[in-house]
Amino acid sequence: MTEEIIIAGFGGQGVLSLGKILAYSGIMQDKEVSWMPSYGPEMRGGTANVTVMISDRRISSPIGQEYDTAIILNQQSMDKFEKTVKPGGVLIYDPNGITRHPERRDISIYTIAATEEASRRGNSKIFNTIVLGGYLKVKPGVVTLDNVYAGIKSSLPERAWKTLPANEEAVRIGMELIRKPE
Amino acid sequence: MKDVKLMKGNEAIALGAVNAGCDGYFGYPITPQSEIIETLMEMKPWETTGMAVLQAESEIASINMVYGAAAMGKKAMTTSSSPGISLCSEGLSYIAGAELPCVVVNVQRGGPGLGTIQPAQADYAQAVKAPGHGDFNLIVLAPNSVQEMYDHVFLAYELAFKYRNPAMILTDGVIGQMMEKLVVDEAKPRMTEEFIRENYGSWALVGNKGVVTSLELEASRQEKVNERIQAKYKALKENEVRVEMTDCDDAEFVIVAFGSSARIAAKSVEILRAEGIKAGLLRPITLFPFPDKQLQDLAAKGVKGFLVAELNAGQMVKDVRLAVNGARPVEYYGRMGGMIYSPGEIAEALKEKLIEKTK
Repeated sequence: MTEEIIIAGFGGQGVLSLGKILAYSGIMQDKEVSWMPSYGPEMRGGTANVTVMISDRRISSPIGQEYDTAIILNQQSMDKFEKTVKPGGVLIYDPNGITRHPERRDISIYTIAATEEASRRGNSKIFNTIVLGGYLKVKPGVVTLDNVYAGIKSSLPERAWKTLPANEEAVRIGMELIRKPE
Repeated sequence: MKDVKLMKGNEAIALGAVNAGCDGYFGYPITPQSEIIETLMEMKPWETTGMAVLQAESEIASINMVYGAAAMGKKAMTTSSSPGISLCSEGLSYIAGAELPCVVVNVQRGGPGLGTIQPAQADYAQAVKAPGHGDFNLIVLAPNSVQEMYDHVFLAYELAFKYRNPAMILTDGVIGQMMEKLVVDEAKPRMTEEFIRENYGSWALVGNKGVVTSLELEASRQEKVNERIQAKYKALKENEVRVEMTDCDDAEFVIVAFGSSARIAAKSVEILRAEGIKAGLLRPITLFPFPDKQLQDLAAKGVKGFLVAELNAGQMVKDVRLAVNGARPVEYYGRMGGMIYSPGEIAEALKEKLIEKTK
């Protein structure tokens, strides 16, 4: 099993942390992992993206060109990464702010209204763990829920552990929220 | 006790320094390697091992602080990225001239000038040919994983002290910024004063009076210094070449790549093999000394051609051509300025430049 994921959106959406949770979850599951961020000025206000690979085997290139899953959180990232999903792969996106929806017919497309849900609950910080829940629902074979919870814990500094229940709840919300676009 | 962590390459360098028994780190922040000094400041090793960590006022100051600590037989380190390494040139030459050990890390970014902050391998020639003025070389290691970033700190100190020569870890923004698993072994304690006196007392300033210098007014004596330094490089070439070969046993076409490029090229080999093309990968782990013999052996064994993939305008390709010496075609494929190739791009380049041509 090798799962190559690209997560892309605005800086500040928790794109890099979402990737970090997945990488930690992979380690908890005794897999090989890599986490390769875009870094630098684009992180501040511009676009941010991270490539995460989780595999049973040693990972050769941490730089991908085609992905099993793309998690897309803004329009620029849709324009850039829709075409990089492998045929038969998965594209998950938050429709908030998306003006041109994905058009490919050879991949499975899902939407998750995580921005709306997080703001409805008055906690923008759980946005990325809601998205994570959606991912786990459509890709249940990569990492187990227990390892994801352990991954969230490992990716956070101890002072932030008080947010663990809210994040675990957000994962469960995301699993309910994800759907095929109408 | 083995301990598995998820860590950035830069953080692994910092942890490696502490665990390898480094005595003093002197550095100035620059992207994409600022996590090294940030991690050290967070670790506060001065409270545990007694290692000093100091943010200097510039890279020039950093390398001269390294020079001073190295003269005392201490394990000293500085790290920077491309423009900052250029500022260290003079100091590196002095340290090599004074025959002192130290470890310098270059987490390369695109150039020339201030260039970009994205990854590049454009300082290859600087690192292996002319890191400063005068006839000298650095020992140059090229890690390709977070694990090797950590392990190479230990190896760099081992070689630097064995040969009394500065060692450089030449890496880039890809390996510095990415996170992977890291398995950490038990830490080495720092060297005691007695240990330094016993083992390095012939050259290190340990409470004794002495002068460490790279200055020699008599040309005939300076030539002797040069001969001694060159003899060390000869010994390095004979004894310390490290190389990793993947799928080279039956390979008809071999990609030569180091560091981050070797990771990407490893995937290119998988792609080519899946298409039925017998490709292999030779990864120099030491860039100085360079694996000339391993390349010659592959050429003699019937490899039809080599493709050198590097994130620069074609620097290592010249060394591969020198090694292969016309026996086989040696082609180059690269990207510059902080742009990175995909595994597929390298695979296509190999087909276009080697297979189409040798048909």
